[in-house]
Amino acid sequence: MSKLRQIAFYGKGGIGKSTTSQNTLAALADMDQKILIVGCDPKADSTRLILHAKAQDTVLSLAAEAGSVEDLEIEDVLKFGYKNIKCVESGGPEPGVGCAGRGVITSINFLEENGAYDDMDYVSYDVLGDVVCGGFAMPIRENKAQEIYIVMSGEMMAMYAANNISKGILKYANAGGVRLGGLICNERQTDKEYELADALAKRLGTSLIHFVPRDNVVQHAELRRMTVLEYAPDSKQADEYRQLAAKIHANAGKGTIPTPITMDELEDLLLEFGIMQAVDESIIGKAAAAA
Amino acid sequence: MTTDVKTRNQELIQEVLSAYPEKSAKKRAKHLNVYEEGKPDCGVKSNIKSLPGVMTVRGCAYAGSKGVVWGPIKDMVHISHGPVGCGQYSWASRRNYFIGVTGVNAFGTMQFTSDFQEKDIVFGGDKKLDKVMDEIEALFPLNNGISVQSECPIGLIGDDIEAVSKKKAKQIDKTIVPVRCEGFRGVSQSLGHHIANDAVRDFVLDKVDGKAGEFVSTPYDVAIIGDYNIGGDAWSSRILLEEMGLRVIAQWSGDGTLKEMEATPKAKLNLIHCYRSMNYICRHMEEKFGIPWHEYNFFGPTKIAESLRAIAALFDDTIQEGAERVIAKYQPLVDAVVAKYKPRLGGKTVMLYVGGLRPRHVVGAYEDLGMEIAGTGYEFGHGDDYQRTTHYVKDGTLIYDDVTEFELEKFVEAVKPDLVGSGIKEKYVFQKMGLPFRQMHSWDYSGPYHGYDGFAIFARDMDMAISSPVWGMTKAPWK
Repeated sequence: MSKLRQIAFYGKGGIGKSTTSQNTLAALADMDQKILIVGCDPKADSTRLILHAKAQDTVLSLAAEAGSVEDLEIEDVLKFGYKNIKCVESGGPEPGVGCAGRGVITSINFLEENGAYDDMDYVSYDVLGDVVCGGFAMPIRENKAQEIYIVMSGEMMAMYAANNISKGILKYANAGGVRLGGLICNERQTDKEYELADALAKRLGTSLIHFVPRDNVVQHAELRRMTVLEYAPDSKQADEYRQLAAKIHANAGKGTIPTPITMDELEDLLLEFGIMQAVDESIIGKAAAAA
Repeated sequence: MTTDVKTRNQELIQEVLSAYPEKSAKKRAKHLNVYEEGKPDCGVKSNIKSLPGVMTVRGCAYAGSKGVVWGPIKDMVHISHGPVGCGQYSWASRRNYFIGVTGVNAFGTMQFTSDFQEKDIVFGGDKKLDKVMDEIEALFPLNNGISVQSECPIGLIGDDIEAVSKKKAKQIDKTIVPVRCEGFRGVSQSLGHHIANDAVRDFVLDKVDGKAGEFVSTPYDVAIIGDYNIGGDAWSSRILLEEMGLRVIAQWSGDGTLKEMEATPKAKLNLIHCYRSMNYICRHMEEKFGIPWHEYNFFGPTKIAESLRAIAALFDDTIQEGAERVIAKYQPLVDAVVAKYKPRLGGKTVMLYVGGLRPRHVVGAYEDLGMEIAGTGYEFGHGDDYQRTTHYVKDGTLIYDDVTEFELEKFVEAVKPDLVGSGIKEKYVFQKMGLPFRQMHSWDYSGPYHGYDGFAIFARDMDMAISSPVWGMTKAPWK
């Protein structure tokens, strides 16, 4: 057995983390890798394309039913999907109550203690968009994910989020072994998107590991609750994910400690690419009517 | 005190501070001082966060609300809302005496907890709280209300205990009080007192309109505020007020009830003993209902007489005559106590370290026995407490705020008092040093110490500690 690779996908909400990760992991499964996906989002939709269904039995919902997480067996929460990919959803409370972050911590500890990682080649964590508290940073702490892949696009807020996540990684990089694996640009067809993403990657001290072009086949597959790899294995898009998977597979141990930039530097970058105009200080804070 | 003692104390402070890292020493220096006669306060900073790394004996906001203010209200059920530990380890530990039948109409010595599990943290505990209230109602139907005492996780996960309390209060038609006394709030239990006072204001006093019923007022109605009836303190205080002709319509909160709290706005005067923990609600009642409040001290005959006369001065001749009658009535008891114990205790020195009131309030009782206070300090006192302390302590007294166990040990070692009065955490340290010790929070399972009757017990207890033959038998075998 090769050494267990623990990876995690982070990025701004709605950027396509779950779609990108599931397609990529499906491609890795095609390469005969044994994979466990740990969904760390209370919405529990990180494994939908692999399982062809939204996972109903999350670790936390079952634990709540049984009384406590100690009453659960690992078999109760493990589901098998495409190419025998193991799937677990942490689950969590409905929006506005309780502590979803604690839920992530509880679930991950449960999985580790019960040997869910044994005999796996890859464990992949899919974390919700905003690392709002310590619980959602759990996968990047010591002895968890070693490589973080940030899914982003050429949009300002996605780049801003990527930079913030880099800050989070930096915080834990010195204490633990977590590294930034690279950026994955999920094309939004913004101006000079590739150049911008590539430039940001360099600034962050990493590389743009892959630029995933926009293709409607992803949408078609999603409607059928499938990955592109399964729905249209011969499509060009499936090939893109295979390339990404191959690059991640070859990226073992090549992660870097990120060098996050300041908000000003980020804005300078956008200026440089002509995405943003130089700010006229006199208009800041003025409403349309006042201008 | 002589200049020698003052110099010794100043040197002692420097010596103790020299053990700390520079930054800590700078911070702790502000909490230690030697009292200078004539100054308006004790010259120490207070109510500031304790330093990490030192051993402080302070409690938390939950301790201040559940343990001190709300806990003794005997006819209500107080839920320790959160994981089981906070309620379990503070269970019935304050010796708030009460009259009633536990489990029927009194609940102070029972432990009610929502016993949070991991799933309650993750999914929120509001539904569980709802259920706990239903169970309380079913099992203890004679309860007159419920308070929800928040433990830390409640604030962290953002549970809406106010909404649950409101809904259940309507459903079961009783008073339900949500208290946001999460332990991480504030620097000590002191903020918990304040939060608890505010909860009394918002969920009891603000809702009494129309509930007064057939309350018949007299001109002599007073309320005892801030007496927790430790070992029966409130009872030995109450009789003095009643004997002088006043009518005590409420006791807060020792042996107290929700009804009494609700009736308090009818009082003509609020009499406050523990200023630190209940001044907030007295100020509120003064503003809202125009009820004046008066601080009194029922420790030791000098202060008792002084307080009785000061209280009486706020009423008419009947009460003033009553006060004199009471003082005269107990004088033989006082004389007998002093005659018996002063010869044994006179000239002995005491060092105190207590909570928010007693570091000053008990000074007079010791002095009535001819004893002298060599040092005193508060766990969680504020600036106004240290101002009030100046009326009690003498020039040169060692003052220590939020003292660390290290500092207190060093101070006691050097000052060598004849008695140390502090809490359970200090007791065995000093007894093992071969020093007489009395717990001044719990009265060492004795009491009451308030009032004339309490003074007799106080004198006996102090004598028992100091004059015990055991201290003569503690020679180290190698000496």
